[in-house]
Amino acid sequence: MIFALTTAVWFRRLSVAIIISASMLVSCSQKEPGVVEVEFWTMGREGEIVPIIIEEFEAENPGIHVKVQQIPWDGAHEKLLTAFVGGALPDVAQLGNTWIAELDALGALSDLSSAVHNSVTIDKADYFPGIWATNVLDDAVLGIPWYVDTRLLFYRSDILEDAGFEHPPRDWAQWRAAAEALKERAGPGNFAAFIPLNEFEPQVMLALQQKDPILREGGRYGNFSSAGQRQAIDFYLSFFRDGLAPPVSESELANVWNEFARGYFSFYISGPWNIEEFRRRLPIEIQDNWMTAPLPGPDGPGVSIAGGSSLVVFKQSRKRDAAFKLIAFLSRPDIQARFYALSGNLPPRRSSWDKPHLADDPKVDAFRDQLERVLPAPQVPEWERIAQELRIVTERAVHEDWSAERTASELDRRVDAILEKRRFMLMRSGSGL
Amino acid sequence: MRHSLAAWAFAGPGVAIIAVFFVLPVAAAFAVSLTDFDIYALADLKNLRFVGLRNYIELVQAPLFWRALANTLYFVAIGGPLSIAASLGAALLLNTQAARFKAFFRTALFAPVITTLVAVAVIWRYLLHTRYGMVNFSLTSLGFPQVDWLGDPHFSMPAIILFATWKNFGYNMIILLAGLQAIPKELYEAARIDGAGNFRQFAHVTLPGLAPTLFLVGILTMAGYFQLFAEPYVMTQGGPVQSTLSVLYLMYEQAFKWWSLGSASAIAFILFLFMLAVASLQLLVTRRMGGAT
Repeated sequence: MIFALTTAVWFRRLSVAIIISASMLVSCSQKEPGVVEVEFWTMGREGEIVPIIIEEFEAENPGIHVKVQQIPWDGAHEKLLTAFVGGALPDVAQLGNTWIAELDALGALSDLSSAVHNSVTIDKADYFPGIWATNVLDDAVLGIPWYVDTRLLFYRSDILEDAGFEHPPRDWAQWRAAAEALKERAGPGNFAAFIPLNEFEPQVMLALQQKDPILREGGRYGNFSSAGQRQAIDFYLSFFRDGLAPPVSESELANVWNEFARGYFSFYISGPWNIEEFRRRLPIEIQDNWMTAPLPGPDGPGVSIAGGSSLVVFKQSRKRDAAFKLIAFLSRPDIQARFYALSGNLPPRRSSWDKPHLADDPKVDAFRDQLERVLPAPQVPEWERIAQELRIVTERAVHEDWSAERTASELDRRVDAILEKRRFMLMRSGSGL
Repeated sequence: MRHSLAAWAFAGPGVAIIAVFFVLPVAAAFAVSLTDFDIYALADLKNLRFVGLRNYIELVQAPLFWRALANTLYFVAIGGPLSIAASLGAALLLNTQAARFKAFFRTALFAPVITTLVAVAVIWRYLLHTRYGMVNFSLTSLGFPQVDWLGDPHFSMPAIILFATWKNFGYNMIILLAGLQAIPKELYEAARIDGAGNFRQFAHVTLPGLAPTLFLVGILTMAGYFQLFAEPYVMTQGGPVQSTLSVLYLMYEQAFKWWSLGSASAIAFILFLFMLAVASLQLLVTRRMGGAT
């Protein structure tokens, strides 16, 4: 009896609470009549910068108000999945482009193909093809590239010249020869290259340069034991095995810039954000002595990884038109050039690169060159896990001095296990390769 | 009959709450642990497969799980006793006749318990910094070499243990202090008259008198320490080289990073079994010791 009474009271209270919060929600989203509020999630530093640009968008589109939510990169992946489950995804979000396949497997992303087709601003042909490709799955355009992130070679031009090399290495043989000469010159305790062990990208870049793909049979199995992939693993491991690179992660070098300045290493595989950091943190006397170069490939300039962030619209959103308007705005070359000036994030469109800031900067030239030769990482929902295994196995292989064969078969074993469900899904849906 | 009805009426709400918020979730979690719930199932429940004990078998075969379990046991086996020893030491000091400013010290030593774990973990990261941290500063000024506390796989877990001990010992200290104060003074007097020194008084009066409290503290500490998560999450993210990856951290990653809820639930159950086993062992040992005296 008492129990029933309290339940009834609670039930009433609960429904009152729900009604109040619902009306609060309504009143929040309809603060000004006729104004659509678009929720936009951005990650990390972009979140600090983007409001400056958003102001301009809102001035141009008085009917749209953008609510920017900043998500730290560390927790972004968890946050997105949790929000999907809770039905709390925003309208637009910035997404690491390797996550697109995963969120597409959830059916969370809306297909932007027709919107792109009708758009005046977004011109597919203007984008670097490798970057655009990261957003396309089964002919559906699931995201629009926002900025690109690829890795290439930062090097000390003075040290390289001093060692008798007139230009940075263009293929693996030259790279290897230069690394050996630099190690010789640097002496014990110093190294030729720094390849951070906490990153999987360097290894993925070398793997993408091979004719053998990273995964085989339509992403059903790992392909690390193929001749090409084994060669890539061996080339990577040889830097550590032969003492050309220190077996450490970025956090173990207390200050990467100091070490680069004092010649602890002369080659550094890193990304565009370090251009700004190098300018800010390296001493003035080094400023003319460092440069960037496209990544050497097995025989001639090689491909690199097509990283970066895309802008996506979620299916759950009811404001997809307004959301796409925001994306189209952020994709305009003049806006991208401003975004680069504010954040140092490289734009994905060729015409954005012709704007003054980028066109006259010799240190970013190599990136433009490299961006014409980038490839997406395998577009399977499991990629994030595979990449993590790649990092873990490689780190062990380096520390325990494994052979390329052993590393490859360990990788295949782990990756095949990760892809088991995918094989099942593909088999059941009866889709071919 | 009437009595039992009345009993049910009183117990009913409590039982109902336990059923809804404990029994049901636990049963659901067990059911999920027998499936391969993952992101595909998240997209469409039709993609969910019943896999029987496969999650458990795969876990038992996964080196990473054993690594996490070994790390956790390391933390429990070293951190638990260390933390209880610190608590006991502090409680004994506070309980001595000679101690002054008791209230002040009691509060000061208890203070770490009520601080926010994440905030103090960040401060400890500063303290443990390889080159600028105070811990290494003290070590090097005493002539010891620098230690890369959070970057070296051999030192990361000791660093976490040190931090957890500091953070937690105050709590047990208060409980033990209460236990100490409950031991009748007459027993000490009698022991002294019989010629027992400090150590024998401790071994034959304090410890037996404290046994039930110590048992409680042991169980609580063990259960708490098995659930190691926030310390590595904030300080090391499970690294370096997975040296601070705990079972709970692994579960968290499986569940919320990869959304492999099947495997995560299986981890939770294995952890539960382990805690049950250790708690039973503690109970057994205490009973034996209780029987002997």
